[in-house]
Amino acid sequence: MSMLKTIASLIYLLSAVCYVMGVHMMRSPKTARNGNLLSGLGMAMAVVMILIEIVAKGQITLIGWGVLFAGLLIGILYGVIKARKVPMTDVPQLVSLFNAVGGGAAATIGIFDYTHEALGTSLSLAFSIPVLLDIIIGGITFSGSLIATGKLSGHVAGKPISFPGDKLINGIAVLAIIVAGIWMIGFPSAYWPMILALAASLIFGLLMTLPIGGADMPVVVSLLNAFTGLAVAFAGFVIDNQVLIIAGALVGAAGTILTLQMAEAMNRSVANIIAGGFGSGDSDTSTGAGAEVPTNIKKTTPDDVGMQLAYAHNVMIVPGYGLAAAQAQHEVAELAKLLTDAGINVNYAIHPVAGRMPGHMNVLLADVNVPYDQMKQLDEANSMFENTDVSLVIGANDVTNPLAREKGNAISGMPILDVDKSKSVVVIKRSMSTGYAGVQNPLFSEDQTSMMFSDAKKGLQEIIAATKGYLD
Amino acid sequence: MSQELYTNLAIFVLSLLVGFEVMSKIPSTLQTPMMSGANAIHGVVVVGAFVIAAEADNWYFYLLAFLAAFFAAVNVAGGYTVTDRMLGMFNRPKKQPNPSDKGGDK
Repeated sequence: MSMLKTIASLIYLLSAVCYVMGVHMMRSPKTARNGNLLSGLGMAMAVVMILIEIVAKGQITLIGWGVLFAGLLIGILYGVIKARKVPMTDVPQLVSLFNAVGGGAAATIGIFDYTHEALGTSLSLAFSIPVLLDIIIGGITFSGSLIATGKLSGHVAGKPISFPGDKLINGIAVLAIIVAGIWMIGFPSAYWPMILALAASLIFGLLMTLPIGGADMPVVVSLLNAFTGLAVAFAGFVIDNQVLIIAGALVGAAGTILTLQMAEAMNRSVANIIAGGFGSGDSDTSTGAGAEVPTNIKKTTPDDVGMQLAYAHNVMIVPGYGLAAAQAQHEVAELAKLLTDAGINVNYAIHPVAGRMPGHMNVLLADVNVPYDQMKQLDEANSMFENTDVSLVIGANDVTNPLAREKGNAISGMPILDVDKSKSVVVIKRSMSTGYAGVQNPLFSEDQTSMMFSDAKKGLQEIIAATKGYLD
Repeated sequence: MSQELYTNLAIFVLSLLVGFEVMSKIPSTLQTPMMSGANAIHGVVVVGAFVIAAEADNWYFYLLAFLAAFFAAVNVAGGYTVTDRMLGMFNRPKKQPNPSDKGGDK
């Protein structure tokens, strides 16, 4: 090993250590930010080192520098501007977009190396297998993540999209990937197998994601994130760079664990989510087993809710997807501050999957300055409901459904917030429609529950006005 | 199997195991930033964009190098920025003191 090569290898190793330590630190809210910065530092070291290596090697042409820096500059500008401007409600689709381009970059590197080094020569399996996997996985995550981005942002319909023959096309795509793969390894001197592999992977990614419902999309994004990690690791095999292998494998494994944890929190299995698309049955979650449409519900007015809140000691706010959809975080924080200032205890009960993806609600609330220690996670919140005077459920449904404690329905066994244990429950909801699971919620017809049918934002504004009246 | 391939394979497998180990039990609060942070880390693919740009010698390859550099730069720059923004909100200095629930920290 030359001196430079030795130094470079050590720097890449150090950079990889930064990623591992960084991810480790991101497990706790106190050290998370520094963890991310440490991981970024590792990234900066790797980039500086490869720059030095390339300069030292002296092989790069002037145009090579030009396209490299043009690409980097435009990419950095675009990425940073997007990341700075995005409203916190739209983070899931942005992560998915960044994931798509990561997969795209990995696939592009595979395409480059296959056409650059392989044409006309016979390939060793040590090269051809990673390059093949790089292109295939990169291609799948590129198109799959773009569709996921579209679904999360509403450009593509969120409901499962399927059409006659989609399973057949999927099967053909898989077959084409296998044929192209064998072709690429066996006859490396032709472009066509690579183009076929790429096209089939793109189609597969598209058709894999289209039939999955919008509510499951975060799990899919996380899964594709893990895929991209693997694609990057295989790109590392291709260009023989260990930092890509380590970082890619790290993300691949970490993303897999994260995917499983997210799926668990949503009470869905990953296989179930993916099969929802091209499994045998429809992605039918509305078994309907459980309860009939509740008839004996009590309606309430903003004025009444305001009075309840103003005379309460302990208030628990239960935010759900509807809150994020109505962009009502500011109103919630305003109401909570109003109550806190009047000496009332206010906390937030946050279900793991509240918001658009696990942990998203915490981000949204942190964005409007809700203190971290007011956000109670599932177990802690559940120990507090018995002493709660008023639970204010805003745009949440399935996560409060007591039917989850019983057997034989779509949400059986899902961990829920025990909202029904509090003395009084107010549910702000647009209508009586069921949640994502398609199961009626008997909480709505219980004695202590009253319903306020309204958009979350408008309803909260009215409640704030009413509460002010009672507090003065 | 060549020595080089064996080394890379060993690194790959051990890194997978490290990833599984390091990632267990993430509080759900941090799952969104964690996903975004992991997403930023695979932006290391930008190193690969440098490598191929150095080898490019005709327009077809220049185009691929440009694409790879652009894609990877969006991934790495955007990924770290948005993750930092999210995590920064958790660490924000508190405006009002919170007398209740001091012990609720994890």
